[in-house]
Amino acid sequence: MAGFLLRRLVNYVVLALVATFLAFTLASVTFDPIGVLQQRNPPPPAASIEAKKRDLHLDQPIPQRFVTWMGGVVQGDFGRTITDRPITDELGRRIGVSLRLFLLGITIGILFGVLLGVVSAIRQYKFSDYFATLFSFILLSTPVFVLGTLLKMGAQGVNDAVGSNVLIFVGETTPGFQGNWFEHLGDRLQHLIVPTLAIALGQIAYYSRYQRSSMLDVLGSDFLRTAQAKGLTRRRALFKHGLRTALIPMATLFAFGFGLLVVGGTFTERIFGWFGMGDWLVTGISAQDTNVTATVTLFVAVCVLFSGWLADVLYAALDPRIRVN
Amino acid sequence: MTVILNEGDSAGTTGAASGSPVDAAPEPGKAMTRGRLVLIRFMRNKLALVGLVVIIGMYLMAFVGPLLSKWSYDQQDYSAFLEPPYADHIFGTDKIGTDMFALTMRGLQKSLIIGLLVALISTTVAAIVGAAAGYFLGVADKALMWVVDLLLVLPSFLIIAILSPWFRGKSWFLLVLMLAAFQWMITARIVRGMTLTLKEREFVKAAKFMGQPARKIIAKHIVPNMASLLIIDATINVGSAVLAETGLSYFGFGVQSPDVSLGTLIGGNAESATTFPWLFLFPAGFLVVFVLAVNWVGDGLRDALDPTSTRVRRREKKDTKEKAA
Repeated sequence: MAGFLLRRLVNYVVLALVATFLAFTLASVTFDPIGVLQQRNPPPPAASIEAKKRDLHLDQPIPQRFVTWMGGVVQGDFGRTITDRPITDELGRRIGVSLRLFLLGITIGILFGVLLGVVSAIRQYKFSDYFATLFSFILLSTPVFVLGTLLKMGAQGVNDAVGSNVLIFVGETTPGFQGNWFEHLGDRLQHLIVPTLAIALGQIAYYSRYQRSSMLDVLGSDFLRTAQAKGLTRRRALFKHGLRTALIPMATLFAFGFGLLVVGGTFTERIFGWFGMGDWLVTGISAQDTNVTATVTLFVAVCVLFSGWLADVLYAALDPRIRVN
Repeated sequence: MTVILNEGDSAGTTGAASGSPVDAAPEPGKAMTRGRLVLIRFMRNKLALVGLVVIIGMYLMAFVGPLLSKWSYDQQDYSAFLEPPYADHIFGTDKIGTDMFALTMRGLQKSLIIGLLVALISTTVAAIVGAAAGYFLGVADKALMWVVDLLLVLPSFLIIAILSPWFRGKSWFLLVLMLAAFQWMITARIVRGMTLTLKEREFVKAAKFMGQPARKIIAKHIVPNMASLLIIDATINVGSAVLAETGLSYFGFGVQSPDVSLGTLIGGNAESATTFPWLFLFPAGFLVVFVLAVNWVGDGLRDALDPTSTRVRRREKKDTKEKAA
C-alpha cells in the first residue's frame, strides 16, 4: 500500500510541475507588462523600459525564465511582483486567509452533504427527499457569484432586522480591532459566517446528490440484507456496512471537489473583500503579473493534488481491495 | 471514476429492449417506435417539460423581446436614473438611464448563443476524439487521459483567465472556441470508456471483419450507439458553458465590452446589489432559471433515453460545478 501511495504522490508532483509550467508559459506569452508601461503619459524613457525588461527577465527565453523562477521557489523565493515587491512576504498571509475559508467550507460541505445524501436516500421519495433534491438542484444552478451576492443581501436584511452588525460581510477581520484573544476570535467568526456559507452551500448540494445515488446503490445490495439477517439493527447495518461502502466512490469526488472549491473561493474572496489567493489571481492577471499568476497556480495545483492524494489514502482506508493489491 | 454505461442502448433497439418495461400503452394501430417511446417518457416528466418550455421561452424572449420593448440598450432615458422597476421600465434603469430590460435581453442573447455554440462544438469534438482514442488506444489514448488529469489540476477557468488579455478587444467567438476547447475532454473520457465496451460487441466486430475502414466503423457504428449519451451531454453542456462564460465575464475575463453578457451585467452590478437590487436580481434571476431549466431537461432526457441508468446526475460532470463555482 505504501508503494501505491508513493507512486500516486510522484505522479501528482509531476502533474503539479507541468501545470505550473503551463500556467507560467501561457502567462508569459499573453501578458504584456511592458505595453502597460509604454502607455503611460508622458512615456517613460527608453532606458527605464530596458531596465524593467531586464528586471522581469523578458530578454530571456521563457523556459529559462521558468527555470530561474522555479529555482527560486525551491529555495522559498517566489520572485517579485510587477511592482517590485517580494511575493514571499505576502504569500503566507494570503494562504492563511484562503485556507481558513476553504477548509471550513469543505468540512461543512462534506459533512452536511454526506448526511443530507444519506438521509434522502433512506427516505427516498418522501417529502424530505424531494425537498433536498429541489434544494440541491437550485443551488447547483446558482453560481457562487450569484449566491454570494444574495447571501450578502440576506445578511444585510438580518442586520437591519436585528439592528446591529451581527453578520459582517466585508473583509476577513475588522481593521484595527482591539481586544483580547477571545474577542478577536469572535470578530473573525462574525466575518467568517457569510462567506463560509457561500462556499459550503454549493458543496453540500454537490456532495449530497452523489451521496444519495451511491447510497441508493448500496441500499439494494445483498450484503446489507445479510447484515440485518445476522442480527444487526437497521441503523447499525446502514452505517457500519452501508455508509462505508457508499463512501468509496465519494472519495474520488472529494479530490475534485477541492479543485472546484478553489475556483469558487476566488469569487467568494472577491465578493466579500478577503485578500486571499483567489483575489491575488484576479489582481495578478489584471496587472499582467506572471510571477503572481504562476504562484497562485502552484498553490492551486498543490491544493488539488494534496486533496487528490488524500482521496487515495481515504480510498485505501475504505476499500480493502486496494490495500491488498 | 465510475462511468455510466448505457448498456444495450444500441441504435435500432425498439422500446422493449434494455430490459425496460414498455410503460406506456401503445395506441392501437400505431407501432411503438423508439422515438415515440422516448417522447412519451419525456413528456411524462413534468419538471423536464417545464424546463423545456422555459428554455424555448428564454431563447424567444432574448431575440424577440427587444423588438417589443420601446427602449433599446444603447438608448438613455434622461428622466430616469437608477429607478426601480415601474410601468415605463419594467426592470428599472441603471445609473446612466439605460433600460434594464433591454440590457438584460442583450446579455441573455449573448450568453445563450455562447452556451449553445460551446455545447455543440465541445460535444462533437468529444465524440470524435473519445471514440478514436477508445478505438485505437495507444499513444493518442494515453495523451488524452493525461490531458484530462492535467485539467483537474489546472482548472479551465484559470487557463482562460490567464489567456484573457490575449483575446481582449477581439471577437467573442474566440471566447466560444476557448470554452469549447476546455469542455470536451471530460466527455471524451466517458465516450472513450463506452467505446472500449462497444468495440467488443458483435456488430462492430462484424463490420470490422467485413473490411470496413476504422473511420467508418466509428462514424456509423460506434458514435450512433452513444447518441443518447451525447444528446444528454450536449444539453447539460449548454448549462455549464453558460455558467463558465458568466463566471469569466464576472471578472472581466470573458465577454468584453462593447459586448454584454449576463456575466458582465451581474459582475458590474454585484457591488450595488444591496442598495439597487434590481440591477443585480434580473440578470442573476435569468441566469439561475436558465441553468436550472437546462439541468431539468438534461435529467428528463436521461430518464427518457436511458432508463437503465440510475438517476445520477453525471458522475463525471464535475465540470458543471467547476464553472458554476
